[in-house]
Parts: sequence; C-alpha cells; structure tokens
Amino acid sequence: MKPSVQALSSHPNTPTRSRPAGHSHAVADSAAVKLKVQDLYKRYGDHEVLKGVSLHARSGDVISMIGASGSGKSTMLRCINFLEQPDAGSITLDGQTIEMRQGKGGARAPHPAQLQNLRTRLAMVFQHFNLWSHMTVLENICMAPRRVLGVSAQEAEARARAYLDKVGLPGRVADQYPAFLSGGQQQRVAIARALAMEPEIILFDEPTSALDPELVGEVLKVIQTLAEEGRTMVMVTHEMGFARQVSSQVLFLHQGRVEEQGGAEILDQPRSERLQQFLSNRLK
Amino acid sequence: MNDFLDSMGLQALSLQGFGPLLAQGTWMTLKLAALSLLLSLALGLIGASAKLSRVRVLRMPATMYTTLIRSVPDLVLILLIFYSLQLWLNDLTELMGWGYLEIDPFDAGVITLGFIYGAYFTENFRGAILSVPAGQLEAATAYGLSKAQRFRLVLFPQLMRFALPGLGNNWLVLLKSTALVSIIGLSDLVKAAQNAGKTTNNTLYFLILAGLVYLVITTLSNRVFKRLERRYNIGIKGLAR
Repeated sequence: MKPSVQALSSHPNTPTRSRPAGHSHAVADSAAVKLKVQDLYKRYGDHEVLKGVSLHARSGDVISMIGASGSGKSTMLRCINFLEQPDAGSITLDGQTIEMRQGKGGARAPHPAQLQNLRTRLAMVFQHFNLWSHMTVLENICMAPRRVLGVSAQEAEARARAYLDKVGLPGRVADQYPAFLSGGQQQRVAIARALAMEPEIILFDEPTSALDPELVGEVLKVIQTLAEEGRTMVMVTHEMGFARQVSSQVLFLHQGRVEEQGGAEILDQPRSERLQQFLSNRLK
Repeated sequence: MNDFLDSMGLQALSLQGFGPLLAQGTWMTLKLAALSLLLSLALGLIGASAKLSRVRVLRMPATMYTTLIRSVPDLVLILLIFYSLQLWLNDLTELMGWGYLEIDPFDAGVITLGFIYGAYFTENFRGAILSVPAGQLEAATAYGLSKAQRFRLVLFPQLMRFALPGLGNNWLVLLKSTALVSIIGLSDLVKAAQNAGKTTNNTLYFLILAGLVYLVITTLSNRVFKRLERRYNIGIKGLAR
C-alpha cells in the first residue's frame, strides 16, 4: 500500500454545497491545493505512529480521517499545527512550506514566527473542548483574536457575539464560565472560538467523542452548517454517518498508514478488506 | 492609657514604655517577611520552571537546590548563608581591589530567608503547574499564543488555584521563621520582646504579647489568602466557598 498517493478526490469549489455523498470524485478540478501535508512520520520511542501519511485539501474540502484508536489519525491532525512535532515530512499552506529546522536528536522545529503564522490560520477544536476555565465564554473567544491577531477589543467582542449567534448560543451565555455549560454548549463555544480567528482551515479532533449522546446532534449540526458554507475542514471522527454526509474526502488510517482514501462513497463501498472490517465492526 | 491601667491596679499590663520598641520590632518582622516572600516567590517560580524543564542543565541545579535546602534546618542555613555571604563578598572585594563592603544584616536576612523558602515554593509551584490540565496550555499553543502569553494568560492564573493553599501555609512558616534572624543581629519582634522582658523583669508577659502580634498578622494574612483563593477559583464549579 503506497501511503502517499495523491488524493485525487476533490470537490466542486463552490461556497454552497449540498451533501456530496455517493457522488464520484473522479474529476480533479484545477483549484490549487490549499493545505498539503506530505509524508508525515512520527514516532514515540520505538513505536512508529505515522509512517508517511499525506493529505491534500483544496479550498472547501471537508476531509474526514477515520480509523481505529491507535491508527494515528489524531496524531496526524495534531502534527498539522505542530502540537506534535513530526519527525519527517512537510506541511504546505497556500504554496508556502513550513520550514523545519534540524534540532538536537533529529527532531525538527519550525521557525517560531512561521509557526505562529501557521497556527493563526489553522484553528483547532478539541475533543475535550479545552476552553480556558478561568475565563468567561466571551473572554475565551476574544483571547486569541486580541492577543495574537491584535484585533481591537470592540471588534473582538463584536466577532465573538456574532459567532456565538451562529453556533446557536446568543445572549447571556457570553458571560458564563465554561464549567457551568453543558458539553454540547462548551463545544459550540469552542467552535465559535475557532471561527473568531477567521481561519482558513478548521481542524476538528473528535469533536463529539466526549459528549453525551443526546448532545452530539447540536454540535454536528453546527459543523454541518460550516461545511455547507464551503469552509475547509479536516476532521477526525468516529461518526460514520456524519462523515458520509459532509465529507468530500475520507481517509481511512490503519497502523500509521492511509489504507484507503476516496470520496464519501468509500464508506458505502469500501474496497480494502480492513475498511470493510472496520465499518462492519461498528453499528451503522 | 498608663494612668488608666494604674488606676485599675493592672500596671503589669501596660507596655511600660516599650511600645515604640515593640512597634519597630513588628515593623521589622513584617518588612523581612514581606520582602523574603517576594524573593522566594520569584525563586519558586523560576525553580519550578527549571525543574519541569526538558533541559537537564536546568533541571539538575534546581533539584539540588530543593533537595539541599529542604533537608538542612533553617537555623543552620541562616548561620551558614549569613556568614558565608560576608566571606564571599570579602573575597570578591579583595579580588577586584575594592574597599571593604559590609553586608547589611537586613539584606542578608531577606536573601537568606528568600533563598530558603524559595526551595519550598519551588515544590509548591511545581505541583501546581502539574495540576493544570494539559489541554488548557495546548489550546493556548494551538491558537498561536507566545510562550510568555501562555504563562501570563493561562498557566499562571490557573496554577494559582492549586498553589494558593500551599502558599498560604508556607507563608505562615516563613513569617514565623523571621524570628530566627534575631540571632544574626536584627531587632525583630522577638528580639524587641526579649529586650523589653529583660529590662522589666517580665519576659513572659512580653513574649506572650509578641505571640499575640504574630497571631494578629497570621489571622489577617489568612483572610487575604482566602480572598485570593476565591478570586482564583473563579469559573470552577462547586468550589465557590
């Protein structure tokens, strides 16, 4: 299995987009690749988590990474914004490759300024929300735009309120502390926090895995709205139904390699035995 | 006041003219404790960061510092540091060809106490930093905050919640340890009480008085710490005590 086969699947690059499930992705459109992650390797000690994984996202792509736990999908996502330092490989955003420097012991760290630039353009939504617990919802959302992007206080607050509205949390929620909100509300605040950065790409790390089942829907609905707006997103998920519905590309990872990739239709007609197994092991 | 006590037959309960001396002693104790606290807090934060650093060159001396300081009695350390500070300074001035410089006992006291309690605060802060959920800093990193911003805006406000109970405790110990510096010639509250006691032949009375002054200071500072704890517990569910 060649891990770094270029993903040919693409998506009509239109801002509004209905569910692409079942459509074929044979036509490679000419839109430039927005985010190109090439041949990522990552090992922890003797354990090689990523063995050359690649991912190419065009503007408006929604890429779902699926796979069993331990397959490396979360590590892959976290390598994209360097929360984990990949051991080898390259990451290119808008044709600009993040230069990695040779550090001690082979680990390579990108230049801090370039790293910060990258991180402000890729917002992340975490499994456990990771809202700053000592700040109100409003402060949480305003923090990075103000401190990192240098947006004015009024502008940041206006943005925050607009995006809270968008995720369905208008009004008094803004002044509450995260601990006093439900999981679903917290995750929607976290999505508003990501949106307030007006990022080019949003990374979702199992956004609904920590939620009570009855709260999953409200979060998925928000993510779906974002997908329909044509936002570029990379998502690690266990929600197969949802992945089928919103994804323009699906990557199935197995033991640190891309075992199968294609459009959302591979979830219905998996070619590889492992993906067939993986899908049949979970209830639809 | 004295007339009033006289008339009540309670002459023994007056300050017998030692009021200003005791007030000076109290002031000295407060100054010593407060400045040592500042120094030890700074050393504690630096020490904790060093101990948690990935760089071994930083970890090793920090570990040595806390191990050594915390295993030797304060009194021994005070004598050791106070006298060796002067000796080192003598060596230095001689080497550089400067004139004789004498260390002010007050400065020496602050440095000594700050250095000793810095070791305790190091452990205090280390535990607190480890208690902050990793995701909190991870989010800050992912959103592009710089190292300094991560510390100031996320780590510090959150670690204080875990550090404060221990800090309050160590502050009390530090405050009381200032009594030890009387042996290097500083006239703190205990020294003042002893002097007053010797002169009036009423040592017990003045020592109890000194004890009461400590009690007042500790009670007030406990209130301050309670307030700080409430402030840093903001946003935490079920902890608004």
